[in-house]
Amino acid sequence: MAAKNRTVDPDVVQQKLAKLNLQLKELEGQMEKATDPRKRRKLIAKITAVEEKIKQAKTGERMTRQQRRDLIAYSFIAPNFIGFAVFTLGPVIFAFILAFLEWDGNNPIQFVGISNFLDMAGNSRFIASFKNTIVYCIATVPLTLAAAIGLAVILNQKIKGRNFFRTVSFFPYVASLVAVAAVWNMLFSPAKSGPVNMLLYTIFKVPANELPKWAASPDWVMFTIVLFSVWKNMGYYMVIYLAGLQGINAELYEAASLDGAGTLQKFRYITWPQLQPTTFFVTIILTINCFKVYDIVYMLAGGSNGVLSESAIVLVYHIYEEAFRNWNLGYASAVAMVLFLLVLAVTLIQFRGEKKYAN
Amino acid sequence: MRTKSQNRKIAKAILYVVLLFIAFLMLVPFAWMLSSSLKLDKDVFIVPIQWIPENPQWSNYVKIWTKIPLAKFVLNTAKLTIIVTLLQLFTSSFAAYAFAKLNFRHKNTLFLAYVATIAVPWQVYMVPQFMMMRSFGLNDTHLAIICLQAFSAFGVFMMRQFYQGIPDELCEAARIDGMSEYQIYGRIMLPLSKPALSTLTIFTFVNTWNDFLGPLIYLKTESKKTLQIGLRMFIGQNSSEYGLIMAASVLSLLPVLIVFLSLQKYFVEGIAATGVKG
Repeated sequence: MAAKNRTVDPDVVQQKLAKLNLQLKELEGQMEKATDPRKRRKLIAKITAVEEKIKQAKTGERMTRQQRRDLIAYSFIAPNFIGFAVFTLGPVIFAFILAFLEWDGNNPIQFVGISNFLDMAGNSRFIASFKNTIVYCIATVPLTLAAAIGLAVILNQKIKGRNFFRTVSFFPYVASLVAVAAVWNMLFSPAKSGPVNMLLYTIFKVPANELPKWAASPDWVMFTIVLFSVWKNMGYYMVIYLAGLQGINAELYEAASLDGAGTLQKFRYITWPQLQPTTFFVTIILTINCFKVYDIVYMLAGGSNGVLSESAIVLVYHIYEEAFRNWNLGYASAVAMVLFLLVLAVTLIQFRGEKKYAN
Repeated sequence: MRTKSQNRKIAKAILYVVLLFIAFLMLVPFAWMLSSSLKLDKDVFIVPIQWIPENPQWSNYVKIWTKIPLAKFVLNTAKLTIIVTLLQLFTSSFAAYAFAKLNFRHKNTLFLAYVATIAVPWQVYMVPQFMMMRSFGLNDTHLAIICLQAFSAFGVFMMRQFYQGIPDELCEAARIDGMSEYQIYGRIMLPLSKPALSTLTIFTFVNTWNDFLGPLIYLKTESKKTLQIGLRMFIGQNSSEYGLIMAASVLSLLPVLIVFLSLQKYFVEGIAATGVKG
């Protein structure tokens, strides 16, 4: 400890102490008058801080105990926080500003007010992307939810090979998108020889000229994308539902059996209501993930050059093309704000819901 | 009584039929991928489908390595994935310890910064992030991808959640015994948090391995590309080389399959834990 001691002028220390003691007295005086518990708590914190300082001045140490603790804590946080602040926090703040600027990455930046937002209204690709994103969401969320809950209920039964079936249902979720999208593009090939079309033709007797063109047709492309994302992602949400199912008290089912309830009735009156917090949570993350959709659409409908037509374009793709193909950085950021507002709205609903389902 | 047990048997039978049908739907694309990867391009779409090719073209798996720099892609992806995962594990568990077990000034403000950005999707700030990286001279480098992925708020959030479940008394006792905070982190918290670390490892590994948009924006030089965009590039340029595309796809799935099957338990537990707590 001796090394940390400083040789200081005793007069300076005395002055400092007198000043601090004065502060302390004043705070204590306020404390006696204060009645509001929140104010009292604040005052207590201040008093402790002053007391620490007095101790520090008396012993002549460089730092108070709290300061040393702070430093240790900061040393824990620093490696992550510096990276986080530079590469995430900074760009997030910059994104909000960029939405009101005009910039192509090279020429000087210009402030343009809300004109980026006004431009959106006149851009048919923006309108199409907004519409498609919403349509994709409305179709994907309930379908995925239904598939996930169905899978979870079935795979929660005591059956042979349960773990095998669970693994199988989950695997599409971890499989790399490029690879599975490539298979899907072949299985759902628009030609008559595509395996799915062949199945429709030979077994379901769909006439050759009415066979769907899947991702190649403006009418079917969204359907194909929705089908694919339900298939790829339902395993993930199934796992969340399985956890929810395990939280249901088994006695509820026993009681229902005694009352003569059937399988469907048990689902309707026990499983479904008991799973409501899970369903709420799944709906939220599912919706947010749907707003962020990009790569699925890019790979199923992007063709060989990765350009999406207005029948399949989504918001994130619109941001991507405006920023990295046309270098309209300000406009792209304005579109990103629309995406952010959509996500924010859902997040706010989540906060309200969490309060409701907290207990 | 008898009809009841008969009913139950019928219900069980239906259940299994449904299950097998689901498993079929889930597995068919993979089976088709595997089977096509061993075929000549002209045989891929032949009807009826030959699930086991008569004349397996193992050469597809040899050809693909010379057709595109696949080894380079795999190496790039592996390098990025390992560095990102290690950085993510180290920095987030380190920071999470402070947020969960230490009291310090501005703790709430700092944590709020993390929480707030979790609600902002990466797609919202990818444009300014790119411009920033470019001004640092990081465009078209692997370092950009590492910086982008390694410091996620999600990791800190998840680890903190887990540490909060460890009783404070344990840390207090260690402090009284004279351990420094670093020792408490290294000798007590880290060994206890193996399940959470495993979950974070798998999530980060799979996400980085499969990431598409990040490398697509940043990596322009072919020799720097990752497996995913390399594969996508190959598909775009040679869309009718079905056999080769499928062989490359199979190869790109293998590492994830291995990691997933061996650490599956942690994966499922991790989703369940983050899911239930919201």
